[in-house]
Amino acid sequence: MSRYVIGRIGQAALVLWAAFTVSFILLQALPGDAILIKFLNFELGLGPEQIADIRASYGADSPLLVQYVHTVISFLTGNYGYSIHAGVPVGDLILANLPQTLWLATLGFLLSLVLAITLAALSALSPFSWLRSLIQSIPALFISTPVFWLGILLIQVFSFQLKLIPIINPGPWQALILPVLTLAVPISAPLAQILMRNIDHVLTEPFVAVARAKGASHRWVLWKHVAKNAVLPTLTIAGILFGELLAGAVVTEAVFGLNGLGGLTQRSVNDQDIAVLQAIVVFSAAAFVLINLTVDLLYPVFDPRLRVKQGAVA
Amino acid sequence: MTTAINIKPASADVANLPVLEIGNLAVGYRGNEGFQRVVHDVSLLVRPGEVVALVGESGSGKTTTAQAVIGLLAENGRLEAGTVRLNGTDIVGWSQKQLDAIRGSKISLIPQDPTTSLNPVKTIGAQVAEVLQIHRKGSRAEIDARVIELLTRVGLSQPELRARQYPHELSGGMRQRVLIAIAIALRPALIIADEPTSALDVTVQKRILDLIDELRREYGTAVLLVTHDLGVAADRANHIVVLKGGRIQEQGATAEVLAKPRSDYTRKLLADAPSLGKTRSVPRSVSPRIDRRGDAIVVENLVQDFAIGGRRDAFRAVDGVSFTVQRGATHAIVGESGSGKTTTARSIVGFQKPTAGRILVDGIDVTTLRRESLRWFRKTIQLVYQNPFASLDPRQTIFQIVEEPLLNFDPLPREDRARKVQAILDRVGLPSSVLARKPHALSGGQRQRVAIARALVLDPQVLVLDEAVSALDVTVQAQILALLDELQQALGLTYLFISHDLAVVRQISDTVSVLHNGRQVDGGPVEDVFQRPGSAYTRELISAIPGQHNVNLN
Amino acid sequence: MTSLNTIGRSLLRDDADIPASTFRASGHAPSDARWLKTLRGVQPGLVLSWSIMAVVVLWALFPQWFTSYSATVGVARQQLRAPSAEHWLGTDVLGRDLLARIIYGAGNSLSGALVAVGVGLVVGTTLGIIAGSARGRIDSAIMRGVDVLLSIPQLLLSLSIVILLGFGIVNAAIAVGITSIASFARLARSEVVRVRASDYVEAAFGSGGTFSRVLLRHILPNSLTSVIAFAALQLGWAILTISTLGFLGYGAPPPTPEWGLLIAEGRNYLARAWWLTMVPGIVVIVVVLSANRISQSFGKAKA
Repeated sequence: MSRYVIGRIGQAALVLWAAFTVSFILLQALPGDAILIKFLNFELGLGPEQIADIRASYGADSPLLVQYVHTVISFLTGNYGYSIHAGVPVGDLILANLPQTLWLATLGFLLSLVLAITLAALSALSPFSWLRSLIQSIPALFISTPVFWLGILLIQVFSFQLKLIPIINPGPWQALILPVLTLAVPISAPLAQILMRNIDHVLTEPFVAVARAKGASHRWVLWKHVAKNAVLPTLTIAGILFGELLAGAVVTEAVFGLNGLGGLTQRSVNDQDIAVLQAIVVFSAAAFVLINLTVDLLYPVFDPRLRVKQGAVA
Repeated sequence: MTTAINIKPASADVANLPVLEIGNLAVGYRGNEGFQRVVHDVSLLVRPGEVVALVGESGSGKTTTAQAVIGLLAENGRLEAGTVRLNGTDIVGWSQKQLDAIRGSKISLIPQDPTTSLNPVKTIGAQVAEVLQIHRKGSRAEIDARVIELLTRVGLSQPELRARQYPHELSGGMRQRVLIAIAIALRPALIIADEPTSALDVTVQKRILDLIDELRREYGTAVLLVTHDLGVAADRANHIVVLKGGRIQEQGATAEVLAKPRSDYTRKLLADAPSLGKTRSVPRSVSPRIDRRGDAIVVENLVQDFAIGGRRDAFRAVDGVSFTVQRGATHAIVGESGSGKTTTARSIVGFQKPTAGRILVDGIDVTTLRRESLRWFRKTIQLVYQNPFASLDPRQTIFQIVEEPLLNFDPLPREDRARKVQAILDRVGLPSSVLARKPHALSGGQRQRVAIARALVLDPQVLVLDEAVSALDVTVQAQILALLDELQQALGLTYLFISHDLAVVRQISDTVSVLHNGRQVDGGPVEDVFQRPGSAYTRELISAIPGQHNVNLN
Repeated sequence: MTSLNTIGRSLLRDDADIPASTFRASGHAPSDARWLKTLRGVQPGLVLSWSIMAVVVLWALFPQWFTSYSATVGVARQQLRAPSAEHWLGTDVLGRDLLARIIYGAGNSLSGALVAVGVGLVVGTTLGIIAGSARGRIDSAIMRGVDVLLSIPQLLLSLSIVILLGFGIVNAAIAVGITSIASFARLARSEVVRVRASDYVEAAFGSGGTFSRVLLRHILPNSLTSVIAFAALQLGWAILTISTLGFLGYGAPPPTPEWGLLIAEGRNYLARAWWLTMVPGIVVIVVVLSANRISQSFGKAKA
């Protein structure tokens, strides 16, 4: 068992290192140049020599391999470089922008859980098949909706039409309501679909018929037998949902003009601020790898089939 | 319709009031092709302590009838007409809530497949306790004690440990015992046993059926036994109801139905069931068609190891198996699951390299073959699979399937190929109208004929039949066995027949090897092995063949 | 919104709400019920989905058949007109006809999505097939690479690639395509592995088939069905993602008509001209729903 854990951790570290390397190659080999974008500006009046000096000070002129080793070492020591555009350490920039996104993502994720579970429960409990197929078509509609459009739609409805939430100077919680809703809807859709599919599948399992034959009601069966068997497999998409959450945050923050990691990402892409973007990519890959690692290691706790067999043959 | 309903007028005797009385039951399903009725006008009686067997082939409506009794039809199913009286009360039209109160307590279920019938993420103890909790029988401690008592009663060793274990930690037979414990927990008046042993090995099947019998006597519970196996019904039931196409063909006391079947269909079933029928009349061991020219297959000391999950210690699936098969003869390899019979067959066909030992097929040493030589060896020996649904490519037409082996070797002109395909399909008794169809449009028996045609189109010497008739209904099985016999006579084929079914083996083979846990425990001419079994295991296997009690009486 | 709901409902109605019963009808359908069966075979949602896709493809190929207005040149003094008989969907701030911009935008959005799916399908499926057929070291090398691709959230990966390639609709499409390589590779590999394990593939080897012949005749045709279904699903997803990149400003540059960009541009006039954002969004939803519905029907045809 412990050999498995060590192996799994090693594999995660390997993937993370490879992801770092990929992002380094992608971003360092790019033709655009953030230093040129920032400093080759007529108003600053810098000459070519001065720009070359600046380039040297950022280490932009060293051979790629040296830069790579340098970046790896700095990342390992907690130094993520300087934002060329803002002129501050990348770590500070990320820390400053993290809380906003953390709130948004956490609330969005919780709301999406509530939405998905509600939809799945409604579909499982609905007494008519037409109602069930209607409920089951809602996530498909959610999935097909562009997130940014949904955000705009919500602004249009709640701020312009119903005037429930002010556009100018909303309170800190008021400002979060629409973004959280915008983020939650597309995240809830795949979750709800998987839950519904699992529930429908588990309901056809023979052990459900056995439970009914014991005299268990439909609700008892759903709660005591179907729920756990249907929810367990959704753990495996936790990592992918995290990626969706991050992508959703980028778009949502852009729509609502919020300052978070999403906004930071967008700005760093616009400015070709590589150090910032690379740090964001590496951190999100690390989070993804960590989430999947946790799920893999915790799964046997929830699913007895994956625990070590105690040997019982007769 | 040859229905012969045999219900006597309800007796005034209260003790003899039927536990279950089904009257003119009709059930249908709503499907893609509209509403289809699958059970027509079924009436039967189950008296206290009695076993009534519902016997039929796939699609006979036997399971649907049972599901209707317990109120657990699939969502698209509907009970259209008739009555289901439980202890005299009609429960048709009862709400789910009313039914919940009697399910588990008055009427219970032993399901078909023990591997999928227990919730994988709940402990055995919790699943047995559940039926007691639902019907609120006692405090927590009382329930826990009762669970251990029940697990002990159904013959599980270490019941306290079992209660804490999860289903995957138990064998199939043990799981079925757990399901029986659940079914008897509240001493119901009626147990519906839906093919309770068809997923189990034959020796386990006997033990489980014995257990059900024993508990039934002890508790006075009536059993509605749903089965495809007339042998099981003959052994265990007081009363047999034969279903076909959703209609009752005949019903009556078991001995009567077996001795003097009134319907043609029952007569056919009786004749086709290997364990009950005609078999012993023609002893095969002196069959004249065995060619004395030599051996088609020689297996010497075959050993096959498999690595387990990358670990170094290997699992020995086959351990020192040896036998020879004469040309034109049929040799059977018999064993239960895990006996190594299929592994042996696959080594002989050349799908895997043996760890040790020698295999000669038609004088060719299979173990030395590599790529191209192995490919040419395919012309000598062919394998027919158990499941004709899985062994035919769903995207190909029947013509393409049978033609394909020809394309793999010396290419024949197109017309010759077409002629050859046509001829071989004739040979296996398929009309040429199936040529352009795809497998899904064919019945199970037709598909198995296609698989046989594909195997024969290369004119092989040896055919390996891996449980090739086990998935088929008994009447279809009889047809395929007859076809195989005819083909052997005509083409001088050698058969290696892999089976778990001793009755079939006795009917069709000349010699036999009995495998148990990878070892060969018995072997020789079939009648010798059956008359004078050389090992305790073989004796157990033979005595476990269902259908012997009543047949011997007759 | 009611009209959208109705469309959505009919598109999405799943006719498979009949649970698999333990029973399989063995009887033959009476012949007089055959016409009924044919009629039932027609699924209105699916027909509607195909019709919508056909219309959008026609928009992309022959936009001039559907509108006489220009997509890029506006008419003076006709700015921000509400939908009317003259301009069915109104006009934008430069006096351009919105319907014309949507119709001309179909070409950009659709070709972008096709490029994206093409990249993912070709590269991903090839990798998956190689991994699934080669097994061993090649398999694990490819699949570890796929793991790495999966570990970077898709939007971040496509943003990184867009930076590398530069902004623009083709580059955005390629970036989106690259991010879907991993999913295609995983699916193709698992399908190849599944089909390889089937009895009919072993039987094909058993009747003397060479590896390449069995691969071409059995493994590929049987594994690719679900890959194709997935590609249809990805088409909808690619339309969405490309429009997102367009909205963020990394796709087509103005004044190119592209659906995501239309929404971004209309956003500034939300209070005065709601149709500029709402209508292109509804068009995207309907097209994506249709693609998903079609994908679903592919998935079912497999069985």
